[in-house]
This record gives sequence, structure tokens and C-alpha cells, in this order.
Amino acid sequence: MSHYYDDKDLPRFPEMGTEAPELWEKFSAWYAAVFREGALSEREKALIALAVAHAVQCPYCIDAYSQTCLEKGSNAEQMTEAVHVAAAIRGGSSLVHGVQMRHHVERLSM
Amino acid sequence: MPTTTSLLRRSHPLADPALQRQRLEGTPLRRNFAAALDASGLLPFRATSIDTLQINLGKLCNQTCRHCHVDAGPDRRESMPPEVVEACLRVLETAAIPTLDITGGAPELHPQFRALVTRARALGRRVLDRCNLTVLLLPKHDDLPTFLAAHRVEVIASLPSTNARQTDAQRGSGVYEGSLVGLRRLNAVGYGRDPELVLDLITNPVGAFLPANQAALEAEWKHWLKQHHDIDFNHLYTITNMPISRFLEYLLDSGNYESYMERLVNAYNPPAAAGVMCRNLLSVGWDGKLYDCDFNQMLELPVEAAVPTTVFGFEAEALARRRIVIGNHCFGCTAGGGSSCGGATVS
Repeated sequence: MSHYYDDKDLPRFPEMGTEAPELWEKFSAWYAAVFREGALSEREKALIALAVAHAVQCPYCIDAYSQTCLEKGSNAEQMTEAVHVAAAIRGGSSLVHGVQMRHHVERLSM
Repeated sequence: MPTTTSLLRRSHPLADPALQRQRLEGTPLRRNFAAALDASGLLPFRATSIDTLQINLGKLCNQTCRHCHVDAGPDRRESMPPEVVEACLRVLETAAIPTLDITGGAPELHPQFRALVTRARALGRRVLDRCNLTVLLLPKHDDLPTFLAAHRVEVIASLPSTNARQTDAQRGSGVYEGSLVGLRRLNAVGYGRDPELVLDLITNPVGAFLPANQAALEAEWKHWLKQHHDIDFNHLYTITNMPISRFLEYLLDSGNYESYMERLVNAYNPPAAAGVMCRNLLSVGWDGKLYDCDFNQMLELPVEAAVPTTVFGFEAEALARRRIVIGNHCFGCTAGGGSSCGGATVS
């Protein structure tokens, strides 16, 4: 295999149930329940999934949830804002660790 | 913003319905539409009644939308002649068909649009006008909202998105703003506010994907359009883009054709198939020919030869039980929540 990611692998996801069918069944049922409308709408959940997909940088999830977001009625403007939320949290998460850096600097410095 | 013209004007090969049919039927699919219906126990696939007479007045339109299944535009000259309009009215006079659904093109541009509406309403028929909204801004037609309201015509207006960029990408530059003006003019005469003046919106996806859940989207749109533009409407209908005509051109040019067809086939939903609009609708072309739906009309797939094939030979009983002509494009009406001129067919 010349590359790690292939979009043709996405439909093969259920093959993860081959060696562990019970675990796959449980995962599938839980996954489906998570994305059903509840206190949040299916559209809102898809936008969260899209943002998380970018935070964890999963190309399969980005592929799947870009389409799902469109099919749940979101537009490119809303989806871009969701990605910015992910990026802001990732950026802020790095930056807030700077406080730890400052602790170390204060501990080690005169 | 991309602009387009009709396939016919560009002498595009897809302007020929035979070529579209050839492409659709030649596409390798997991199963064809007839096999899908067979597996659902729906063959032979027949009409059950004629509740709606859908009249396509012609292909002239002031817009040239990229997804248009009619290949309509300002350059198109096909227009229903007076004798066909008269024949349609004779059908309404004699047959117990409760609803007249008027479409195009922009049907309001037809010289007999107002006469047709007036006479159909006088016959007590429910009349629907499929309106592109920007036609209401044309100087010659600025009294249309008042006319439609006076005759209690139900307006079904196209608006693909609450996002300007998306709307203009599908329908042309400036159409979003023009559509909002049109909606405000309809609201101003009572549409969407007076219970007797129904204003429904139609949304088609702006791209190669399926429409959102109709009920969820309607709630969001009502809130958004009220909050941002003080616009009211009654219902939102979602319609799946049919892989024919200019949307077929878009699918092929963008490299989305195979994956879109696969998506439609995989999303085949038997209850949606059982409830498709062609089972209780009859479509009349500008030249008086009869079709099972507006999509078949554009693919030049007339009603089966065993029944009258023009409005001049209309026979209610035979046509109400006709065998419906199907093809792989029909997967567009049976995917997910289903799709029809009245939106999703299953909840």
C-alpha cells in the first residue's frame, strides 16, 4: 500500500466487525443512538461531528460528515464556522498550556 | 458566481432527451428501478387516481438555474397554445380532479396564465402556482401578488437555501436578494400570514447530495427567515434533484454522477416508492401531450400507449389506472424521505 488513507476504505468500516462481531454490534447501536435527534437536533450533532473530525484530523470522518452536514441542511458558512470552533479549541488548548510553561519558568528562574 | 444558459442554446448534446435516457439506463447500478419496485412488490406500477392535473405552460423563464430539469430559460420559446389551454380547462370542467398545479418555466410569463387561473378557480379547483419569486419583480408583473391573492391561489415558491451564496450558486447572481423581495411582496398582501393565503417554499439541495429532513429544516427556516427578514411562510418542501437535464450536466461535469446515482439507489425507500406523486398526478406538456410526471415530460417519456396520450383525448378512467412509465431517474423520487412536487412523501 503506497498511502495510509484511501476513500474506498470508508465503506469497508463494517469489516471491523469481522473478528469481534459483538463489539461491533454494540458500537454500531451506540453510534446510531448518539446521532439520533434528542436534546440536540440531528443537524447540530452532525456539525459537532464535523468539528470533532477536524480536531482529531480524521479524513474519513471529514468526508462522511461534510456530506451528512449538507444532507441535514447545513450550509458551507455554518460548516466553516464549526471547523473554526474546532480550530479555536485546538489553538486555545495549545496556548493555555503556556501557563504550565510559565509555572516551570517561574520555578526555575531567579 | 457561475452563470449558465440553456443546454439547447449551447447546442449541448444533453439537450437531447434521448441521450439523457441512454446515459441513465446505461449506467451500471446495483439494481435498476424496475428491480427495486419488483422487490418491494410494487409491480405492475400503476396510477391509483388523478388528484392533480399538473400543467406545464412552457419553458420560458426569466432565470436559468443550474439544476433545472426543464432546461428552461429566457431563450426558450415553447409555450402552450390557446387550444391546449382550452383542452385542459375542458378536462377540469368534466373530470373530478380537485387540484390544478401550474408550472413551467415561469408559468406567470405565459400570456394566458391569469385567464387559466381565473377560470380554474371559477370551477372551484384548488390552484397551485410554482413561482420562482423573481418573476414578481418584473415591471409587467408587479401586480401578481394582488392577483394571486384575489384568486386564493396557493403559491409554491422556490428558495434553495437561506444562504445567499448557495442560492445564487444554483439560481443565478442576485437571485437570493430578489427572492427575499418577492417573499416580502407576497407577505405584504397576506401570503403566509392570512390562513387563506398559502405560501409554501420548495428547496432543492445546492449540489450532489440528498435533501435534509423536511420537518426539521422547516422549523429552522421559519425561525431564521422571521428573525432575519421578518418573512413568514406556511410549509417547506424538500425536493431531491433529479439526475436529468442541467442537473445531469452538473453531475457529469463535476465528477459526481456515479456517486450520486449510487447514493439514490442505496437510499431507495419502499414506502417512498409506494407514495410517489405520479400515482395520483397527470402531467400535461406545453403541446398537450400527457406524461406521468414533469420529469418524464422533460425526458420525453409519454404515458403508456394503451391510454390517451394527449389532453385532447382525455379519458379519466383509463388514465387514472394507467401503468406508469419508469426509468432509473425515478430513484430521485424514492430516495430517503421521498421526493415529489409536494416535498417528502414519508415522514
